[in-house]
Amino acid sequence: MKAPFAITLRVGSSLANKTGAWRTERPVYVDRLPPCNDACPAGENVQRWLYHAESGEYETAWRELMRDNPFPAVMGRVCYHPCQTACNRGKLDEEVGINAVERFLGDEAIRRGWTVSVTAPPTGKRVLVVGAGPSGLAAAYHLRLLGHEVTVRDAAPRAGGMMRYGIPAYRLARDVLDAEVDRIAAMGVTIELSSPVPDAAAALRDFDAVFLAVGAQLSRRTEIPAGDSARILDALGVLRDVSEGEPPLLGRRVVVYGGGNTAMDVARTARRLGATDAVVVYRRTRERMPAQPFEVAEAEQEGVRMRWLSTIAAADGGTVTVERMRLDETGFPRPTGEYEELAADSVVLAIGQDVDRSVVATLPRVSVADGVVQVGADMMTGQPGVFAGGDMVPSPRTVTAAVGHGKQAARYIDGWLRGEPYAPPPRHPLATFERLNTWYYSDAPATVRPTLDAARRVSTFAEVVGGLDEGSALFEARRCMSCGNCFECDNCFGVCPDNAVVKLGPGERYAIDLDFCKGCGICVTECPCGAIDLVPEET
Amino acid sequence: MSERVRFFQTGSFAVGNRLLPLDARTVQSDPSRSNSLTSGHRACRGCGEALGARYVLDAAMRATGGRLVTVNATGCLEVFSTPYPETSWRVPWLHSLFGNAPAVASGVATALKARGRTDIRVLGQGGDGGTVDIGFGCLSGMFERGDDVLFVCYDNQGYMNTGVQRSGATPPAARTSTTQAVGPEPGNVFGQGKSAPLIAMAHEIPYVATATIADLHDLESKVERAMGFHGARYLHVLVPCPLGWGGDAAQTVRIARLAVESGLFPVFEAERGEVTAVSPIRHRVPVEEYLRPQARFRHLFEPERRADVIDRLQAGADRNIERFGLLRAEERFGPPLGEGS
Amino acid sequence: MLSQIEGSRAVAETVARCRPQVICAYPISPQTHIVEALSALVKSGRLAGCEFVNVESEFAAMSVAIGASAAGARAYTATASQGLLYMAEALYNASGLGLPIVMTVANRAIGAPINIWNDHSDAMSQRDSGWIQLYAEDNQAAADLHVLAFRLAEELSTPVMVCMDGFVLTHAVEAVDVPGQAAADRFLPPFQPRQVLDPDAPVTIGAMVGPEAFTEVRYLAHVNQLAALARMSELAREFTATFDRPLAPLVSPYRCADAETVVVALGSVLGTLKDTVDDLRAAGVPVGVLGLTAFRPFPVEAIRAAIGPARRVVVLERAFAAGVGGIVAADLAGALPDREMHTVVAGLGGRPVTRDSLREALAAAFSGKLAPLTFLDLDERLLRAAEEVPS
Ligand SMILES: Cc1cc2nc3c(=O)[nH]c(=O)nc-3n(C[C@H](O)[C@H](O)[C@H](O)COP(=O)(O)OP(=O)(O)OC[C@H]3O[C@@H](n4cnc5c(N)ncnc54)[C@H](O)[C@@H]3O)c2cc1C
Ligand SMILES: Cc1ncc(C[n+]2csc(CCOP(=O)(O)OP(=O)(O)O)c2C)c(N)n1
Ligand code: SF4
Ligand code: SF4
Ligand code: SF4
Ligand SMILES: [Mg+2]
Repeated sequence: MKAPFAITLRVGSSLANKTGAWRTERPVYVDRLPPCNDACPAGENVQRWLYHAESGEYETAWRELMRDNPFPAVMGRVCYHPCQTACNRGKLDEEVGINAVERFLGDEAIRRGWTVSVTAPPTGKRVLVVGAGPSGLAAAYHLRLLGHEVTVRDAAPRAGGMMRYGIPAYRLARDVLDAEVDRIAAMGVTIELSSPVPDAAAALRDFDAVFLAVGAQLSRRTEIPAGDSARILDALGVLRDVSEGEPPLLGRRVVVYGGGNTAMDVARTARRLGATDAVVVYRRTRERMPAQPFEVAEAEQEGVRMRWLSTIAAADGGTVTVERMRLDETGFPRPTGEYEELAADSVVLAIGQDVDRSVVATLPRVSVADGVVQVGADMMTGQPGVFAGGDMVPSPRTVTAAVGHGKQAARYIDGWLRGEPYAPPPRHPLATFERLNTWYYSDAPATVRPTLDAARRVSTFAEVVGGLDEGSALFEARRCMSCGNCFECDNCFGVCPDNAVVKLGPGERYAIDLDFCKGCGICVTECPCGAIDLVPEET
Repeated sequence: MSERVRFFQTGSFAVGNRLLPLDARTVQSDPSRSNSLTSGHRACRGCGEALGARYVLDAAMRATGGRLVTVNATGCLEVFSTPYPETSWRVPWLHSLFGNAPAVASGVATALKARGRTDIRVLGQGGDGGTVDIGFGCLSGMFERGDDVLFVCYDNQGYMNTGVQRSGATPPAARTSTTQAVGPEPGNVFGQGKSAPLIAMAHEIPYVATATIADLHDLESKVERAMGFHGARYLHVLVPCPLGWGGDAAQTVRIARLAVESGLFPVFEAERGEVTAVSPIRHRVPVEEYLRPQARFRHLFEPERRADVIDRLQAGADRNIERFGLLRAEERFGPPLGEGS
Repeated sequence: MLSQIEGSRAVAETVARCRPQVICAYPISPQTHIVEALSALVKSGRLAGCEFVNVESEFAAMSVAIGASAAGARAYTATASQGLLYMAEALYNASGLGLPIVMTVANRAIGAPINIWNDHSDAMSQRDSGWIQLYAEDNQAAADLHVLAFRLAEELSTPVMVCMDGFVLTHAVEAVDVPGQAAADRFLPPFQPRQVLDPDAPVTIGAMVGPEAFTEVRYLAHVNQLAALARMSELAREFTATFDRPLAPLVSPYRCADAETVVVALGSVLGTLKDTVDDLRAAGVPVGVLGLTAFRPFPVEAIRAAIGPARRVVVLERAFAAGVGGIVAADLAGALPDREMHTVVAGLGGRPVTRDSLREALAAAFSGKLAPLTFLDLDERLLRAAEEVPS
């Protein structure tokens, strides 16, 4: 029988009505730069590797990480994680424990023996890297990946730079360092140890390009009136000796002079070497200390004492004289003329490091300012073909920054060698907190990393901070809000009142069906991570 | 009420979540969802009712294995979906009148029973006007007889289709075209209106629930749960109307969320007249945060801030929070609502 | 088989034999006996496969019937008076949607003043609702018209109202041959809906239609009603063949052939009228009676044929339109523009229509003294009393 005219209709026929014509604005999928990525000195795509880790695909996550940084396990231990400081989740509850997940991935890679292979065809170009610290090794790694032949020369008997001779083992276990350095060597990078390169100019003759990464290895000295019997050491020397298994005799009472991380490391090392009394003398206040707050805290947990607002006026056998300071209006410490004596078997100076610039002495076009070598945005010194990075150039002087320089330099060197200058891809605009719709994220406090009992710490160089177990690492990864980058939550697909969002399938993301999208913008508002913009329709 | 899944980034708050097993995701995340209300309808840009209806019906379609027929009251939903010669419905759908949808649905259910077709389930739906006002007699009759119907009210707090007049679900102080923002007490009168869900509960029907378009998992689980019962059931869904509320179309879902988070719209479920679960407020906000983005409350902020009126509204929210235990739901109903880890 | 039976019961039994699947009703005198009887039939199991729904209002009753019919069930309800008005909105909807619902209207006056007794104001008020309206002259017709109504409704996808005078018929015990089940089954095949809510073949029923097609929708409804006229005559013949008794589906003329004056009426008053006509005929007055079974659709051709050359038409109306006059007369004037037309409003709110009064009125008609609009037995004393009520 025929259905009644007009009042009974065939289902779904409204598809003929293209409501897209109503639109004055349209949603557009975008990728924004997550603040973590933005803040990572090594340029890691943190959000991206967390994304893989979230689904338990650790190897994929690790490989994503390795595109930018060949030291995940080291990073997960020593990086000061500015990514976390920038993390948007910090504004919600607590920042994502990016660094802990990174360590988990790095350790997992070592445990499972994941390796990286070079697939780029050989370029026939030879590059010399001077210095096997993090910067040099990172550059070598990236250059090798790009198909170049790489030789790394280092004056020291072992590779790693400050990672080996500076950072104590209780923060960075040496087998971890070895594993990550070995993995680079296994890619076909030639590492020549105990091979100082005195003159970059000479090296340039044998190689197509040179990357200098000699670090800042000279301990700064200060004039302290000292008697003959005073035992005054420099921090780098102490740490190097400890690393080489020849710990110096520091005595039971050790005074460390300085307020940076090196000072903390030395003081904590002194405790482990048997000092009952390790005192850090620093001329400003805690707030103004350059050391990372966590390091100060851990040092205090281990019994290190702090003497703020003090300078060492003189040292003699068994005692140091400290002068009390006060901060003037500008925050600068001023002497007060009040003195005090401290018992001290030794004084360790940890007041900074300088760059040994002799390697560029024969290259007049290389300019030096403020004690460091100047480079352009392309990491090249004034001498064509000679690039530099890490602690020897203007830098925050961290392992991560050094690694980042290595990567950047490798890309520019590659471009330079190919005669096609490298142009970094444009950076997306920042994924700000305001763009997020945080209601969608589960309430989840950060995971606490296990730490070694303080009582045990002073007797061992075992790592103080442990790694996360898989469950916790997964949890932590999943706290990531994927700022500015679609994580396929299906919200846009779900919330459109007009069914105008098309789901393209796993990993393929979504598309807007402009035939029906009215441009209401709900998908834009309800995207948890702010990965959709609403832009005016061109009329 | 849906059990919140263990922590997975967005847990079960977002529509999908690639980390969840397929069966723990929403119906809406499924590319092969039924789209019971399909594209091409003429609802305003950002219409909460259009969204709510698809959410509810798609969930009901899944819960019934596609054995669903629907009855619709007059109102925006009906008008924007079926102007001859096009319909946006893909489910069997019948529109009769403004005030009789529950009774028509009863008739459908009765016919199916008489014909031995109890495999087919019936869902009636209408706006707040069609439900809590003009259709209320029929609704109560349907409840009281226990007819096998799930009736869904899409509450946009006014007669939107006829140009935003006041209904029995319009909140106090809201401006509508019959409660203008003029005079000493601008907007809708305090002390009027009714809670259809509570009245439904008084019928002691098997299942009553409230929900919003801002929490899809919750909404879908309620539809599914409702479909697990036979007899009369009632679901009251808050669906902001950008036109009538004077909100930015893009904020439709957000405003629904703020209604919940402020305590103005309690989300709960009840069986046989007893509240069995409430959705706790996750991040409580003052009512002001909910009121501000809506032009219908603009007179509370311009030309000067009407603290007296806002306080009265806040008191209403506080009362809901107290009455339903919206902040301490776990104490009353046990832990499964929150995130385990 | 004839049996002495109350009209309501006869209708209930007949409806039951039509095998309705959903019956919904709300009580109102004088409909109550019908639905009470049906309720008992369903509850006892004697009417199997049927659900009886006790609704909360007539509006709901019609709405339940709408839903039931759209879901493929044969649906029935009954009402009267205020109840019919309370349904009004749904009546138009049922016809607009083309749902073959059958309803008994136990005709009763409409208040205020509230009055439970018989007249036709209720059904007449819904004459344009799109329903087919059939008026029963006696309880046999009341019963038989229901069988016809279901068949007609379902064939044409249109609702049918069977009107029977409240109390006068509903509560009268008369000899009625209640249609037998076997014959009813032969006459009335199972319901095959034209449109049905079905998950396997989903459709949208009840779309919104704007100016672009509304006229056509209405026109088609009109055409459908007109088609019902022809079909009713055919079905009546089939009815007679099946049940072995006559059924007047459109009009029932009585001694009209050579009448100079024909009295037109609907419903049970036709009995009294026929007696009056017999009296007058005996006195040589050339008068006849034309009963209208079908009021909607209005059987113009059948009326013209039945009235023949009679020059005067007196319409006995059990309802009227205040400020105008006759309701049926207006339609008749359209069908018979060349006749002298009189409206006699009679029997409002249950007032008995007596042979004496009728004779008197007809005598006035024959002597040219009958006004175009007359209220039969208007009580002048009461009107004077009304004037004197202090204000
Ligand atoms: C005690 C201490 C703790 C630290 N802790 C942290 C920390 O926790 N986190 C962090 O991010 N950073 C830390 N830093 C800083 C960080 O170690 C350095 O910023 C980083 O190692 C710099 O890397 P680089 O490659 O530039 O130089 P380096 O690591 O200094 O490596 C330079 C390498 O060059 C070699 N070399 C030098 N001259 C020559 C030459 N002429 N020929 C051949 N080889 C040469 C050296 O032997 C050395 O191996 C710490 C530093 C110190 C001193
Ligand atoms: C009996 C009757 N009275 C009034 C109307 C006019 N009317 C149609 S829709 C509507 C408002 C509908 O309001 P609601 O049920 O809340 O649905 P909304 O449009 O807000 O979604 C009104 C008053 C009508 N169609 N029928
Ligand atoms: S709403 Fe979800 S699925 Fe859509 S773009 Fe944003 S993150 Fe991706
Ligand atoms: S929610 Fe739908 S209609 Fe609205 S802007 Fe997004 S795609 Fe367009
Ligand atoms: S008026 Fe409101 S409810 Fe109606 S279609 Fe527009 S947004 Fe939706
Ligand atoms: Mg409404």
